[in-house]
Amino acid sequence: MADEVILLDFWASMFGIRVRIALAEKGIKYEYKEQDLFNKSPLLLQMNPVHKKIPVLIHNGKSVCESSIIVQYIDEVWKDKAPLLPYDPYQRAQARFWADFIDKKMYDTSRKTWATKGEEQEAAKKEFIEVLKTLGGELGDKPFFGGDNFGYVDLCLIPYYCWFYSYETFGKFSVEAECPKFIAWVTRCLQRETVAKALPDEKKVFEFVSVLREKIRVE
Amino acid sequence: MSKGEVVLLDCWASPFCLRAKIALAEKGVEYEARAENLFGGKSDLLLKSNPIYKKVPVLLHDGKPMCESTIIVNYIDETWPSPPLLPSCAYERAKARFWADFIDKKVFDAVCNIWKSKGEVPETAKNEFIEILKQLEGALGEKDFFGGDSLGFVDVIAIPLTCWFYAVEKFGGFKVENECPKFSAWMNKCMQRDTVARILPDPEKVYEFVITLRNMFGIE
Repeated sequence: MADEVILLDFWASMFGIRVRIALAEKGIKYEYKEQDLFNKSPLLLQMNPVHKKIPVLIHNGKSVCESSIIVQYIDEVWKDKAPLLPYDPYQRAQARFWADFIDKKMYDTSRKTWATKGEEQEAAKKEFIEVLKTLGGELGDKPFFGGDNFGYVDLCLIPYYCWFYSYETFGKFSVEAECPKFIAWVTRCLQRETVAKALPDEKKVFEFVSVLREKIRVE
Repeated sequence: MSKGEVVLLDCWASPFCLRAKIALAEKGVEYEARAENLFGGKSDLLLKSNPIYKKVPVLLHDGKPMCESTIIVNYIDETWPSPPLLPSCAYERAKARFWADFIDKKVFDAVCNIWKSKGEVPETAKNEFIEILKQLEGALGEKDFFGGDSLGFVDVIAIPLTCWFYAVEKFGGFKVENECPKFSAWMNKCMQRDTVARILPDPEKVYEFVITLRNMFGIE
């Protein structure tokens, strides 16, 4: 019986990109359905009635929501190829901790680097760099957060990279200047075809962020 | 069942610590709970084991620290598999994780919005709290527990928060039993379990603790 896999997603969403990378790592065929977040489809509202957000994975008609949960689900169902989470329970707990840290810290902080101005923006920039430095500390000298291999934490974090150009341009700072080791890790991730193909063009993201800034009247 | 030394850095009133304690009790795991003084000075061990957040709970298994209560409960379930807290089916597991995540995102903040209110608690804060419980009632459906016939992952994540509900009812001037009878019935079922009944602190004590917190924060 062939699996039917559908992904409700938005092209620029760093959360959606996580799922796309996971599906690609496992070699899963799926149907991608682009969603209009300003005019949500009945399917999206039906499949995620609680949060009404993307991404949503629909596997043989049953929906799974929340990107970290979707990625873990994918890892468990298609367990014979490209394991994303470590095998050892303690290492798994560590991976979940850092994915949770990324979920708690990256989005709100990074959003403020382009969605605010003045003192609030300056504070956000400092905090964002601090978050990257903390992650850099956890990475240490390993090639990936997963160790020798690309894994769950790498997958949760790398999608933010296509938004960095926007953060840096609107926030007037350079991640490479502040955290060169972090950019070295990014380069290693981008050498993976699954990652390179899943990340949208940063200039397209920048255009999108420019439109968002207009909408929320930042200037 | 011995599988190494287990230590829990703890605070008696923390619903997050209670999650870990219930999980360990359900699995029959012996552990040492070390009380942390969260206001008087956190221990060196806490600061070393959780440098990022400096919070409890921290579980140390053979000296290896783990942080964040939901992650700790997951670890306990994987390390001591019997009786299982998470379902065996991947889809049901994803659903359980979804509701645990919902509870983490919504419940405690809603609880705090009520007891942190200066003066009369706004209707919006009360309504938001009740709405969240109603959504959880929807997830519970006709089942005895979120886990089905027995206590599961979501039950363990949710039940400790309920010992703060008495305080919320006193400040908010309402009763969960009246507003969300199904949720209240689920609370009672959980309290019939020995592990839950002996681990959850007396809600009156929690209420007194909340009053202390309010005084500390200068809330009238």
